[in-house]
Amino acid sequence: MEVHEYQAKQLLKEFGVSIPAGGLAYSPEQAVYRATEIGGEKWVVKAQIHSGARGKAGGIKFCGNTQEVWDAAEFLLGRKLVTHQTGAGGKIVYRLYIEPATDIKSELYFGLVLDRSHECIVAVGSSQGGMDIEQVSDKNPESLIRINVEPAFGMQAFQARQLAFQLGLKGAQVQQAVNVFLSAYRAFRDLDATMLEINPLAITHADTVVALDAKMSFDDNALFRRSNISEYRDKSQEDPREMEAADRGLSYVGLDGNIGCIINGAGLAMATMDIIKMKGGAPANFLDIGGGASPERVAKAFRLVLSDKKVDVILVNIFAGINRCDWVAEGVVQAVRKLKPEVPVVVRLSGTNAALGRAIINHSDLGILSADTLDQAAEVAVNSIKK
Amino acid sequence: MAILIDEKTRILIQGFTGQMGSFHAQEMIDYGSNVVGGVTPGKGGETHLGKPVFNSVKEAVYETGAEASIVFVPPAFAADSIMEAAEAGLRYCVSITDGIPAQDMLRVKRYMRRFKKEQRMCLAGPNCAGTISPGKAMLGIMPGHIYMEGRIGIIGRSGTLGYEAASQLKSVGIGVSTSVGIGGDTINGSSFKDHLIRFEEDPETDAVIMIGEIGGPQEVEAAEYFKANMSKPVVAYIAGLTAPKGRRMGHAGAIVSSAGESAAEKVAILTQCGIGIVPSPAEFGETMKKVLGIKF
Repeated sequence: MEVHEYQAKQLLKEFGVSIPAGGLAYSPEQAVYRATEIGGEKWVVKAQIHSGARGKAGGIKFCGNTQEVWDAAEFLLGRKLVTHQTGAGGKIVYRLYIEPATDIKSELYFGLVLDRSHECIVAVGSSQGGMDIEQVSDKNPESLIRINVEPAFGMQAFQARQLAFQLGLKGAQVQQAVNVFLSAYRAFRDLDATMLEINPLAITHADTVVALDAKMSFDDNALFRRSNISEYRDKSQEDPREMEAADRGLSYVGLDGNIGCIINGAGLAMATMDIIKMKGGAPANFLDIGGGASPERVAKAFRLVLSDKKVDVILVNIFAGINRCDWVAEGVVQAVRKLKPEVPVVVRLSGTNAALGRAIINHSDLGILSADTLDQAAEVAVNSIKK
Repeated sequence: MAILIDEKTRILIQGFTGQMGSFHAQEMIDYGSNVVGGVTPGKGGETHLGKPVFNSVKEAVYETGAEASIVFVPPAFAADSIMEAAEAGLRYCVSITDGIPAQDMLRVKRYMRRFKKEQRMCLAGPNCAGTISPGKAMLGIMPGHIYMEGRIGIIGRSGTLGYEAASQLKSVGIGVSTSVGIGGDTINGSSFKDHLIRFEEDPETDAVIMIGEIGGPQEVEAAEYFKANMSKPVVAYIAGLTAPKGRRMGHAGAIVSSAGESAAEKVAILTQCGIGIVPSPAEFGETMKKVLGIKF
């Protein structure tokens, strides 16, 4: 799960990371009020969307007076921002975060990730703050400093100091940076985060170290014990179909093609998408209805896939393990009878009671196309569109 | 001989009396697995499905001599159950549970490293379909009848795609020595490489199918091991050629987040290392037939 910058900052602040004063605004009036409340003469108006690289997309505005704050807010609210992380669809700005403009001497990068090869949390630092870290690791990999944190003991002060010194910090900056690193680590661990980025971590002319931007993602599997994080969910930033699927206990990812997929198991779902592509078609979605594939779930899946207007054919591919194909077939027949899809439906059933399942499909008189193998299923689905 | 489990392996069910545990324990018993009992804290002393129930894994091991377990405990408590299994001296543990927090798994992996390598439990999963040595024992939730007895090893992340592969093999008359599910999570117990090592040493396995997917470093790690150390042929399929970058495809671990994690990149590295690529998910059977034909 993703959260907004202002939410990540709020969480980090509670763990002791120093962040600038700031306020949330939903309207230009509120933005100006926040700026006045914060005080000073220069502000930054920041669009809150679930994406990095907001600056390049025009989502960060520097303002020298309250009129400019008003104008920036009016310009940004309701606007769609497109970054390389949002995809072509972009994300709409509904919330703004107002901060005082910080007088920056230098910018660093600090991040924490769950590292799959070392199976631990890894702290990453770079003196090239403000840049996309992927670019830094492509162009300048030696500038990245990586420190593995031992899961049983957590990040130690000497590790944080080592990072601070390697980043070239001096004097009073060191202890402040160490505090940021250790506090951020504790937040990451205690909140079940999977990713945290403070980019940039700014050094001011007064030698203070502050988190100017913050991005955090959390482990969906741990939300059951992090109700404070679940409350930060902003549905306006999520794909409505994916959200609906998640609410119904299905795993769905929208794609650009026109072959709607209903499959049990993530691996089989990916493999079915692959074979569709190999046959010259394009999948409209990834959809894993889970191992059970009960008639209710099949019906829910049909509704979800049919809600995508791009879909020209539905391909159902179920490998019945603990359930039975005749049972799944009944589910498909019920769903087709009830929802009367205007597009062709191709069904491939395999595993337990496959022959019984196929017989039910073939005798349903609903025009459902039946296939025996994965290969055939993909071929029939692709060809049914060409005709 | 198969790897990891056979008809003699004494098996415990953790989360024995729950709905999932009961159903699958019965399936395993029906298949012929040597289930010697189960663990449900607070229900020790009862009998369930004709087998004794214990309060702790340690007690169960002491009373039954159990060597392996399967975990059906809900996600919030599963990490604790796996650590309990490791502490009790089990040799092998399969965790079916889907949805264990990733940081819990970091702690589990760290906990297991407390034990000397030769005494350390091997964990398969979480979020997997289990392990089966066809005709001998099933420690999982798979449909046993789709696996034919034979001499091919299977290692896979995904449950149903593994079933697909096994049933394609059966349809062309090829059987399986052991099939191991390693699960779709970000942090898992054992890797492709861990089991390739076992299959290489197993005199009853002639070749191995690896069923990988996008995300994580383990397919590439296995390919490097294969190139340097393996004499038996390995073929692989990597699911997710059409998966967009940065999106999670069902499995917690199926996400391309850094270089080398996409299906295309993995296929290229595996090919370089000499692993045969199954060209389409419909060709597991045909590809293996060719590989065996060339060899024998």
